[in-house]
Amino acid sequence: MKARHAIGIAVAFLCTAAPANAQVDFTGQWAPLYHEDTIERIPGPELGDYTGLPLSEAGRMRADSWDADRISVVQEYQCRPHSADYSLRGLAPLRIWADYDPATQRIVAFHTHIGAYENKRTIYLDGRPHPNDYAPHTFQGFSTGVWEGNMLTITTTHLKENYLRRNGVPRSSKATFTEHWVLHGNYLTITHIVYDPVILTEPLVRSESWFLDPGQRAGLFPCEYLPEVPAEAGTVPHYLPGTNPWLKEFAGWYALPFEAVRGGAETLYPEYRAKMGAYKPKDKCERFCNCTGFGDCLSPTGGR
Amino acid sequence: MRSWLLTLSIVSCGLVFVSAQGPATTGEITVLRVQKNVYLLASSTGNVAAQIGDDGVLLVDTGTATMAQKLFAAIRTLSNKPIHTIINTHLHADHTGGNQALVKLGAGGPQPPRVMGHENTYNRMLAAAVEANANTPAAALPMNAFFTPTRDFFLNDEAIVLHHVPAAHTDGDTLVHFRGSDVVAVGDVFTPDRYPVIDIANGGTVNGTIAALNRVLEITVPAKYQEGGTYVIPGHGRICDEAEVVEYRDMVTIVRDRVADLVKKGLTLDQVKAAKPSRDYDGDYGATSGSWTTDMFIEAVYRTINAK
Repeated sequence: MKARHAIGIAVAFLCTAAPANAQVDFTGQWAPLYHEDTIERIPGPELGDYTGLPLSEAGRMRADSWDADRISVVQEYQCRPHSADYSLRGLAPLRIWADYDPATQRIVAFHTHIGAYENKRTIYLDGRPHPNDYAPHTFQGFSTGVWEGNMLTITTTHLKENYLRRNGVPRSSKATFTEHWVLHGNYLTITHIVYDPVILTEPLVRSESWFLDPGQRAGLFPCEYLPEVPAEAGTVPHYLPGTNPWLKEFAGWYALPFEAVRGGAETLYPEYRAKMGAYKPKDKCERFCNCTGFGDCLSPTGGR
Repeated sequence: MRSWLLTLSIVSCGLVFVSAQGPATTGEITVLRVQKNVYLLASSTGNVAAQIGDDGVLLVDTGTATMAQKLFAAIRTLSNKPIHTIINTHLHADHTGGNQALVKLGAGGPQPPRVMGHENTYNRMLAAAVEANANTPAAALPMNAFFTPTRDFFLNDEAIVLHHVPAAHTDGDTLVHFRGSDVVAVGDVFTPDRYPVIDIANGGTVNGTIAALNRVLEITVPAKYQEGGTYVIPGHGRICDEAEVVEYRDMVTIVRDRVADLVKKGLTLDQVKAAKPSRDYDGDYGATSGSWTTDMFIEAVYRTINAK
């Protein structure tokens, strides 16, 4: 009888300790890995490099018009942060912590803090709806998550305009994105998919990984905007159509056909290689040679 | 009741060559707190801002005439105080159509609600009423008009500053800055869901629109990392902040510069339209049908590009 009672208590305990839809604990300090898309992420993309992006004609034109002076001359851009979608790819020591429902001990929200711009997000898991169309948009958007087995799937809406790539390729405020968070031991991988009806003709799928680093500490990210160069008030640097002198530089450096670096859904798929003709890479690597990670790729010549 | 509705309808015909989405008779009103004392009352026909406090209710714009009862019901979910002041950001009937009804519905204070606006707005509304031979009641007009670049007063424990921005959406546009709440209601000089309507017939120009957007940027102060701080209530669409006004100002400036370049090269209006100088922004702000199309925007830029 006593044994039967004890088994009953144990079963009850186990049921309570492992609720349905096992919730994975993503909390901790996560150090970023830059082996994916290294040059684009660190030190940053080349002007005119739209490779890998299913750009619409509108997206390409916006990017071609972009003048890097804008982030200096227009002081409102100086402290503009990475948005939630881009933030995953930036200089991103990541801290994750959770809120628990005291009555059930289930996670009802994750919070993230990313080093660049001290970006903070909340991902609600309590089933709340997204705000209505008149609610403000923010750079981090509004995020809700659901469990799909051990994977957390997150939907983010209400984003302010930001960028898909830091060379002028925009991401519109009509975009939304989905994330899939997966844990493999001490590694966290986030696959995120951006849907932008203005800038993209297909969803843009990218992924980033981190490793667990309990000793990591995300520092502060001070930013102060101020006039950096003399300019008439209201000046908006940009290139008129057909006048941007820098667009062909990237293709030239890597001996690529210009059309191949202009982005667009077609250029993403292997079949496009047939259209490129006989591509012959340069005999000797000249830029970002032997990049293996953050420290090796801080300049085009590969030095630290 | 029927007579003043008729009167307002006549005035509306004279004034509104663009309204938000035509007359709304069944639209619902969404109420959102923006910051501190200031709320957004939004509908598909346009935005109304309400400042709430012990002194009474202040409204920035009054929506369409047909929405007035619903608007008043929405106001009553926020405050039972009389309406103290109405400010018209400009003359269009989707922003002024509810003036008379709300003056009547919101009465009860020591004085009738005052209706304020820039004198260009008042003059144009009056002229349109005269032209239509309409017996327009005073309460439908911004009789408490100002002609200076700014006007300020204190209500509900905060300073309120009215800024006239000339020759923008019209020639009578007013920005209403709630200094304590840190909110600015800007009418139709900023509409994040569409290209700016440049009402040439009522004094609007593209350069004035850009200047007005720059004035908004002078007023707004962002909080950390360009998020929040001063909030901006547009004439139509969602609550915004400085970061979104910057994107919009940049868009209008860039399109203006492209059109100017094409004009300089000798292109006609039709050729400029055919060149599609805004095609990279059309997915965000453009329309091929309705009361304000992309072509109409480009034409307005073309026709006012040299206006000072």
